[in-house]
Amino acid sequence: MTDTLTIERTGGPADANPPAPQAVRKKKSERPVWEEPPTIAGEAAKGITLGGVLLIMLVPLWIIVVTSLSTQGAVNRAGGLVLWPDGISFEAYRVMLSDSTVRNALLVSLGITAVGTVVSLAISVMCAYGLSRSRSLGHRFILTLLIITMFVNGGLIPTFLVVTGLGGYGQWWALILPSAVSVFNILILRAFYSSTSLDLIEAARIDGAGDWRILWSIVLPTSRAVTAVMALFYGVGYWNSFFNVMLYMPTDSEKWPLQYVLLTYVNRGNGLPGTVNGGFGDQFSQTAPLSLQMAVVVLTLIPLLIVYPFVQKHFRTGVLTGAIKG
Amino acid sequence: MTTVESDRAGRPARLDWRIRLRRDRSLILMTLPAVVLLLVFNYVPLFGLVTAFQEYDPLAGVWQSVWAGLYQFERLMGDPLFWGALKNTLYLSFVQLILFFPVPIALALLLNSVLSQRVRNFIQSVVYLPHFFSWVLAITIFQQMLGGAGALNQFLRGNDIGTWDIMTNPDTFALLVTAQVIWKEAGWGIIVFLAALAAINTDLYEAAAADGAGRWRRLWHITLPGLRGVIVLMLVLRLGNALSVGFEQFLIQRVAVGHDAADVLDTFSFYYGIATGDYSYGAAAGLFKSIISLLLIYGANKLAHAFGEDGLYRK
Repeated sequence: MTDTLTIERTGGPADANPPAPQAVRKKKSERPVWEEPPTIAGEAAKGITLGGVLLIMLVPLWIIVVTSLSTQGAVNRAGGLVLWPDGISFEAYRVMLSDSTVRNALLVSLGITAVGTVVSLAISVMCAYGLSRSRSLGHRFILTLLIITMFVNGGLIPTFLVVTGLGGYGQWWALILPSAVSVFNILILRAFYSSTSLDLIEAARIDGAGDWRILWSIVLPTSRAVTAVMALFYGVGYWNSFFNVMLYMPTDSEKWPLQYVLLTYVNRGNGLPGTVNGGFGDQFSQTAPLSLQMAVVVLTLIPLLIVYPFVQKHFRTGVLTGAIKG
Repeated sequence: MTTVESDRAGRPARLDWRIRLRRDRSLILMTLPAVVLLLVFNYVPLFGLVTAFQEYDPLAGVWQSVWAGLYQFERLMGDPLFWGALKNTLYLSFVQLILFFPVPIALALLLNSVLSQRVRNFIQSVVYLPHFFSWVLAITIFQQMLGGAGALNQFLRGNDIGTWDIMTNPDTFALLVTAQVIWKEAGWGIIVFLAALAAINTDLYEAAAADGAGRWRRLWHITLPGLRGVIVLMLVLRLGNALSVGFEQFLIQRVAVGHDAADVLDTFSFYYGIATGDYSYGAAAGLFKSIISLLLIYGANKLAHAFGEDGLYRK
C-alpha cells in the first residue's frame, strides 16, 4: 500500500510536501494474493521516482502560472520567476489582451484550429470509412497509395515549391491543406471502423441505407471516442504549428498565430511589430515585464487544458494502441 | 443510394467490376478528398525532386530550369557544413537512442506496478500532457526553468553559487535536447508499452510465483519477453527515423547555440535551401536524406526479421 501513499494526494499543484502515511484512508488491497508483500525500500524508491516525475512535469507549469498572475512588485521581490503566490494580479492578462497583435494572433490561432480540425476530420473520417469495407472496389489500391506517402515524400523544398507554385504564399489555405491529411490517423480510424458495429451496418444495408447514411447515422455515433481523440490530435497539430507560418507568411504579422508570437516575443525576447499605436506600446516594444511574457505562455496553454480532460480519458480505451499493430 | 447489394453476402463468385463500381461508388467518392490532397501535396512534390538535379530558377520553374546532373550532390560532398549537419544528426540520434529509448519502457513498468487505478490514471494524465505542447512552448518552458534568466539560475544567483547557462552552451546541447525530448515525449511513449503489458496473461505470473519465481525473475522471464515485440517495433521505427531528429526543436534553438551544434539535415535543407533561395541545393540534401532513410527502414526491418519479430511489415 505504501507506494500509493506518497502519490495519492499529490493532486494539487502545490504538491511539494508528500502527505504523512497516516493521513490516508484505509483501502482494501488490490494486490493479487500470490504476489509477495512489498519491501519498504522498494516502495519508497517507487514513490519517490513517480513523485519526482510528477514534480518535473507540474512545477514548471505552476511557476509559469503563478508568475503570470504576479504583480511587478512580487516579481521584483522574487528576483524573477515567482514560486509562491505573493499578491495576485490580472494586470498582465489585461495588458496582453489589449494588445492588437496578441488579440489578432489569438483569433488567427482559434480560426486556423477550428477550420483545420473540421476539414481534416471530415476528410479523414470519410476516407477511413471508404476504405474500411472489405471487398469494396479499389480499396487495396487506394490504401497502398496512402501508405506509400508515410515512407516516401518529396521533402521540405519540393513541397514548398508546389505550394508556392499554386499561389499559396501568404494564403490561409497554405497553413491547412498541405498537411490536412494524416495517413496515420486514417489508418487508426479505418482499423476502428472495420471492426465495429458490423451487425448494425449489415442490418442497415438490408433496410436499404446507403454508405453516406451508414457513416453518418451508425458509424459516427458508435465511434465517438476515437473521433474525439482524432479531433484532439488534429486540433493540437493546428494549434501548435508555427513552421508553416515561417515558410508561407513570415513577414505578415497580421496573420501570425499565437505560437509565432510566443516564439518572437517570449522565446526570442523581441518586441512585437504593430504595437506602437496600441496604447501599450511601451510594455510590448521593449523586453516586457516577466508576468506579461508568462501570460502569453499561459494563453497558448489554456485551450489545450480546457479540451484535454474531456478527451484524455479515451486514450485508455485502447483506441490508439489497438490500431498500431493492426 | 438504392444500389445496395450486400458486400458481405459471402458470394463465392466475384462480381463484374462495373457492378462493383456502381455498388461502391460512394465509398470511392469518400476517399477522393484525401486522395486528391495526397496527390497534390505528396506525390507531385515527389516529382519535384528532379529539382535536385537542376539549377532551379524560381522564375523559370521546374520545366525550364537548367539541368545540372549531379552537380548539387558534388557540392554537398564538398561542403563542410553539410558534413557537420550529417554528423550532428547521427550523433543526436545515437544519444537519443541510448538515453531516451529506455525511459518510456522503465516508466511503463513502474506505472504498471502501481496498484491503485486512480493513482495510475492521474499519473498518466500528467505525463501525457507535454506531448501536446508545441516545441515553441516546450522550449520556452525549458528556457524559463534552465536559461540564463531562468528559475535555476535565479536560485543559484540568490545563493551566490554563480550561474550555469545550459540553454546556450553548444557543448552540452545534445544532452539538453535529449532532456527536452524525454520531458515532452517519454510520458506519451509509455502508451504502447502499457498496452503490451496489459496484454500479458496474468496466469503466467501466478504460475511463476507458485513455482517460486521472485519479483525480478518474473520481470525477466515473463514481462520482458511479453514486451519484446513492441520493443523491437519501436526500435525499428526509431532506426528508420534516425535521420529525423526533430526539425522544429532545432530550428528554434539554432539562434541560441549556433549552427555548429544545432544544424541537422532537416534544418540544413531549410537554411541553405529555402532561406537562401538555393532551392536545388536544399532539395539535393533532402533527397540524400530520404534515400538513406529508406535504406535504414529496410535494414531495420531485416534486423527485426532476423530476431524473429514482425517489425514494420511481415516478411
